[in-house]
Amino acid sequence: MSASLDVRGLEYHYPDGTTALAGIDLRVEPGERVAVLGPNGAGKTTLVLHLNGVLTGTGRIEVAGMPLSPGTLREIRRRVGVVFQDPDDQLFMPTVADDVAFGPANFGVTEPELAERVQAALDAVGMAGHADRSPMHLSEGQRRRVALATVLASDPELLVLDEPSANLEPVARRELADVLLSLDRTLLMVTHDLPYALQLCPRAVLIDNGVVVADGPTRDLLADADLLAAHRIELPWGFVPHP
Amino acid sequence: MSGGHATVLHRPGDSPVHLLPPQVKLLAAFAAVLGVVATPREAFWAFGIDLLVVLAVWSVAGVPLGWFARRAVIETPFVLLAVVLPFVSGGPRMDVLGLAVSADGLLAGWNILAKGTLGVLIALTLAATTQPRDLVLGLQRLRAPGWFITIATLMLRYVDVIAGELRRMRIARISRGDDPRFLWQLGAAARGAGTLFLRSYERGERVHRAMLARGWAGHMPAGSAAPVGALRWVAGGSPALVIATVWAVAAWPG
Repeated sequence: MSASLDVRGLEYHYPDGTTALAGIDLRVEPGERVAVLGPNGAGKTTLVLHLNGVLTGTGRIEVAGMPLSPGTLREIRRRVGVVFQDPDDQLFMPTVADDVAFGPANFGVTEPELAERVQAALDAVGMAGHADRSPMHLSEGQRRRVALATVLASDPELLVLDEPSANLEPVARRELADVLLSLDRTLLMVTHDLPYALQLCPRAVLIDNGVVVADGPTRDLLADADLLAAHRIELPWGFVPHP
Repeated sequence: MSGGHATVLHRPGDSPVHLLPPQVKLLAAFAAVLGVVATPREAFWAFGIDLLVVLAVWSVAGVPLGWFARRAVIETPFVLLAVVLPFVSGGPRMDVLGLAVSADGLLAGWNILAKGTLGVLIALTLAATTQPRDLVLGLQRLRAPGWFITIATLMLRYVDVIAGELRRMRIARISRGDDPRFLWQLGAAARGAGTLFLRSYERGERVHRAMLARGWAGHMPAGSAAPVGALRWVAGGSPALVIATVWAVAAWPG
């Protein structure tokens, strides 16, 4: 069976020559939930933007067995659902329902299936009652869940979340975790929120200077104080993961 | 289609006017404004009938007169111009209420006042009975250019976001002693506007990436719309038809 995501030797250099990714290797099996950890500037978000071809480096990326290439770009973008860090960047349509319909409509889904997809995606994140509201009138936590619905509606093979818990109050953070745990999806989650990574992802990879420097059970990684310190990662005060 | 949030210009409702498809209302409003503008300025009676048509639409829409009156103040600068014109224009003078005014200027002022007011009232009627997003949808169904639809859609969504950023930046400024009442402190506001422009530009790039990630191919998906029957076109277009008929009669030679 093909991996949900298979990245081999991915390299990317910014136009000024700075190396952002220096040969990333990462394989994610179907149904896995993997946290991507690393200090600021490690290349985490740059990696995310490569997974659906928004940025193009050298190396090989396969999603559910399909190699990323100009000819497969559209299907890869359907297969990889990226939820960006700031919901105001992701939610650009006048209403929640319009926004959730944007992706599947672009990928050729038409009525009545489109309305069913929108309803199912909003149901999955507990936001069905807000379909006709403007994203502007939602709380941060609600916006984050709607942003998740906007990619769920395209039925992606792989969900990629960039800092999903950023700026969320504790209740909204927990509600989002409940939603994510209820989804039967392969998940790649970029985060600085280490307790969140431990709660949601059994496996974690640590990226620094554009390469994967550690890959293993999240609990083991977080218990390795020397590893974390070497890569400027710190657990919240009072939080002690037991190996 | 008519539900949702009230805005400054939109008044939610479920009247027959609210429920008309947006493309019908857009075309009808456009035709009505054309009819008003084309009506000869000397045909005073014609503008009276046009006003009655607008009042009839308000009555069907269930939007009170005062609601429109408050919003029509946007027209004030044009009204001032219309009032000034008879006094500053040249040509033969005539006596009105003991004042010598220019006959041409009086007619020109009347022309601006009557057509401007009716135009504003027609636009307000469209805005009051149509949600902003439906206006864009209507334009899309009328095959407006794709780039225009994209800009209008994003503007609808981000005008509040940018206004919110502007508000937060202003609060941060005045919290540090800035007092924008004074002219010499305009510099801080101007630099703030520059920063806001850069932030908005960066946001634009991020939004574009988010759109690409969900299969954006250069145009907004229109969704499907039920075809509009001839009866609804006639019903929705009837006020514009009356105004066009009034214009035809008023402009008829002889």
